[in-house]
Amino acid sequence: MSYAYYPGCSLHSTAEEYDKSFRKVCSGLGIELEEVSNWICCGSSPAHATSHLLSIALPVHNLSLVEKSGRNEVVVPCAACFSRFKFALYEMERDGELSRKVNEVVGCDFGGKVNVIHPLEILSAKTAIARSKVVRDLSFIKAVCYYGCLLTRPPQVMKFDACEYPMSMDNVLRSVGVDTLDWSYKTECCGASLALSETGIVVKLVGELLAEAKRAGANAVAVACPLCHANLDTRQAEAEALKGEKFGIPVFYFTELIGLALGYGQKELGLDKHIVSVEPYLSSLRGGV
Amino acid sequence: MSEINISYNPSLSPFALALSRESRQDVNACFQCRKCAVGCPVAFAMDLTPTQIIHAARLGLEDMVLSSRTIWLCASCQTCTTRCPQGVDIARVMDAARIVAMKKGLKPSVKSAKRFFYTAVKNIRRFGRMYELGLIMGLKLKSGEFTKDMKLGMEMFRKGKIKLVPSFKGMRDTRRIYRAVKKEESR
Repeated sequence: MSYAYYPGCSLHSTAEEYDKSFRKVCSGLGIELEEVSNWICCGSSPAHATSHLLSIALPVHNLSLVEKSGRNEVVVPCAACFSRFKFALYEMERDGELSRKVNEVVGCDFGGKVNVIHPLEILSAKTAIARSKVVRDLSFIKAVCYYGCLLTRPPQVMKFDACEYPMSMDNVLRSVGVDTLDWSYKTECCGASLALSETGIVVKLVGELLAEAKRAGANAVAVACPLCHANLDTRQAEAEALKGEKFGIPVFYFTELIGLALGYGQKELGLDKHIVSVEPYLSSLRGGV
Repeated sequence: MSEINISYNPSLSPFALALSRESRQDVNACFQCRKCAVGCPVAFAMDLTPTQIIHAARLGLEDMVLSSRTIWLCASCQTCTTRCPQGVDIARVMDAARIVAMKKGLKPSVKSAKRFFYTAVKNIRRFGRMYELGLIMGLKLKSGEFTKDMKLGMEMFRKGKIKLVPSFKGMRDTRRIYRAVKKEESR
């Protein structure tokens, strides 16, 4: 199986471990990724907060690059990029006037024949193979899966899993031996890009999320979004200070956990890049990492 | 005694029209169930709840909407949009209100949020892909908060999470697209 791959800006910088671990997991499961050449930023929240036309034009440029390369599927791991790509497809299909304007400003003739998929969709179809390739016992990991806002919302645009209580990440992780727990904050918001403007809001929301994870009995949080990861990982110390409570809960991209189960090493998966250290935690892994 | 004649049709208020043109949403569909306010994760920091913003928009209360902190604090989490039983895309209305406020040249009530959006959008134009170090430095220069997050920043840098050099890939495309968008929007 082979897919066009749009990593997005975060996976080339602050979320490099998401890119590394996703690529490793794919190579382990026989999935080929071909990075879209000359891709540009999807515009993320700054684009839709400043110009609606721009916020659709930027993803459409990338989608038209995929279409021109003769592919009809692109895999997009970042939840924010995934959301913007899905919004672009949704609006291009429904709004003829907007679609005409977008094609004009981008200088393309986008046919809308590209399917935007998330790694969780690919891996959900590969659970049997993944299970057969597990070489490390991760049953000591009690993870809560944190899907965040944009993977599932709004459902008519995203068409991905159940919008209030998704299970795809839980099922994928359970298939490789990670114990995932029920909790009620799966799709709560972490404050997203407010981290760079009104940081206090993010620290409060992160504190509530981590406290709830702890109450649920989790010793890890699994995420699928670079901004969720950045907020839960880099703001954890501030959240602990605010709440007056120690969390020390490592935050993993779900691809890192699958990679560990498949036997890849800590560095290969980028686990050395986390702010909340995962080292003391992983030393309890049988066979070491 | 003469009564004051309040002939007021919200659907005809120029502000309501401008907002619905930008958002493509009919705020008059709102029946004030307050699901959006209850589900909003940032409501605790807002001056008006999302429900109040929608109601003010229906009444054409331009100043109340555009000078609110709410429109700038919305994190675009899509909870309100997802749960609205009347199908109003409230997050889109918040975006539209920000855009209308900037078109009118108003001062944003939450400077830091406006600064983030506009600095980031320029960053994308200039580099083709988001150059995070450039964005952070740009925000620091504008806010004067040089020491904020310094320790965290250094640690992220040490772990190789922050790239020193921008990629410049695709910058020709972003510049071309931005120019065309600006031209189209000034029509």
